[in-house]
Amino acid sequence: MAKLTTNRHSLRTRIGGLFFVLPSIITVLIFVYGMIIWSINVSLTDQNSGRKKEINYVGLKNYTDLISDDRFTHALGNLVKFTIVFILGTLVTGFIMALLLEKGIKGEGFFRSFYLYPMAISFIAMGTVFNWLLNSARDGEAGGINLALQKIGLGFLQNDWYVSERGAMYAMALPAIWQMSGYVLALFLAGFRGIPDDMREAARVDGASESQIYRYVLFPQLTPTLLTVLIILGHISMKVFDLIIGINGKSYVTQVVAVYMWESTFDARNYAKGTAIAIVLLVLIAIVVVPYLRYNNKQQAYR
Amino acid sequence: MSRDLVDLITAKHDVRNKKRKLNGKERFWLIFRYVSLTFIWFLIVMPIYVMVINSLKGVKNVYLINAFKLPERLDFSAWSVAWSGTDYFPQSISESMTRTLIFVIQSSIISAVIGSINGYVFAKWKFKGSNLIFTLFLFGMFIPYQAIMIPLVRVATEVGINKSIYVLVFAHVIYGIPICTLIFRNYYEAIPNELIEAGRVDKASMIRIYRSIILPLSIPAFVVVLIWQFTSAWNDFLFAIFLTGGSPKLSVATTALNFITGSSNQVYYGVNMTASLIVSLPTLIVYIFLGRYFLRGLLSGSLKG
Repeated sequence: MAKLTTNRHSLRTRIGGLFFVLPSIITVLIFVYGMIIWSINVSLTDQNSGRKKEINYVGLKNYTDLISDDRFTHALGNLVKFTIVFILGTLVTGFIMALLLEKGIKGEGFFRSFYLYPMAISFIAMGTVFNWLLNSARDGEAGGINLALQKIGLGFLQNDWYVSERGAMYAMALPAIWQMSGYVLALFLAGFRGIPDDMREAARVDGASESQIYRYVLFPQLTPTLLTVLIILGHISMKVFDLIIGINGKSYVTQVVAVYMWESTFDARNYAKGTAIAIVLLVLIAIVVVPYLRYNNKQQAYR
Repeated sequence: MSRDLVDLITAKHDVRNKKRKLNGKERFWLIFRYVSLTFIWFLIVMPIYVMVINSLKGVKNVYLINAFKLPERLDFSAWSVAWSGTDYFPQSISESMTRTLIFVIQSSIISAVIGSINGYVFAKWKFKGSNLIFTLFLFGMFIPYQAIMIPLVRVATEVGINKSIYVLVFAHVIYGIPICTLIFRNYYEAIPNELIEAGRVDKASMIRIYRSIILPLSIPAFVVVLIWQFTSAWNDFLFAIFLTGGSPKLSVATTALNFITGSSNQVYYGVNMTASLIVSLPTLIVYIFLGRYFLRGLLSGSLKG
């Protein structure tokens, strides 16, 4: 339908449309794509301070240096740990929340509103609270979450949280899961409710049990939603920055790629290295997001 | 036409709520659901609860051991300290809050205007290659901003706007173009073509159609975009820390809070909790009153609605 009307447009109106979005197109072209290219360019030089007079091209040296840079591989390892726990945790929590709500229940609006409020609060503000509550003192000296765990008889779960190398990134994932589960809930709730009621009814008439309806009728319908959730969580996770800074600052133990980039750029003033790290991050995210955008673009074309 | 995700989520499900006697198994599951939902509710509310009760315990009587305990008597002194500072707690967030409010309102309004025009064209006046350009826009929404940050800081420094808060208006408007365009485009796609078909003659009517037909229908989309830009700019830390270089003169809500809580001076947790709460209040209030619109913005980030 849309196609037909487009053909009927006169040339003037088609250019008219372009005319109005041209400023935005140019802006995006310069500030997104142009600056990415600029960053790549910086990452190929030895520019390690803002004031250096002579700048030489060093090829991929900054990238190869990263591979042998223990701090970078440590940050990357941390990011992988965080991403796995964060995605799984958020996915499971959000999905359970959606399952509990999807049939409709008295007071649903109340629960739903509360489940979504963390999305409106900054990671920095939440980080302040979790920084305090996730204190590593245990047993007699414990306070915050560790004390609460003792009180409810789960004392064995007491933890060093973000302090010790071993579990720090998993502890970091907890506040992130807390903050983002509502998002997953919303997406899955929309997914569930997009499935026509007739499908359930038909299965019920055919004698399927409640669990069979979920397993064979509803869950398969949610595959596109699952894909969306994974992409969204994946790119948020790889960019994680505020949350880490808010809870534990630039501490080595919980450093991830984005934090290391900040440190290299800000504290060490090594712009070439900073941009190289940023470009690595960009590539990692593009691998996840670009196929999704292409898929989305094709879907749009069929609308 | 795509179904609206928020309508789907919030729709009343009459069929499933039919009033009838539940059998034993059904009653068990219903109780199980309520117990689980309440348990999750407590977990979700916990941090905000901790913020609120510990902000009422005064400046110095806040200990981790009592973090979950209600105050013995109400003491609002932490509020005034966090808001305006004292000699032993020199940082105040009132100034940063005002600064943030001013820049956030400006950037949201400009973003909404740009988004509306772009969305109108991408939805109703498609030109050759417009879908491709739109997809290229969307990519800009997903990039890690670190990948453009060093050139951006460089440009801001050269132009000299990094000395004022307008640098953040600038950044949020530019990098808000993709999401604002997306929200408006999805909204305008749902407006029937027949409604504007009649007026479709030339470029002049393109503007007239916008003014007389599209714009009056756009208020919900404007609310969504304004709220979205308001919340994300208010909560932003990345642009603020890079573009203002952590300068106290240009501190915004998040950078000020991070400075307060990250300082190595004597730590006053009561004040920290209060400051976090104060910084969270504007976006929380918006969420409480306009949650539905906030949710719409949130979901459009998934490209699906």
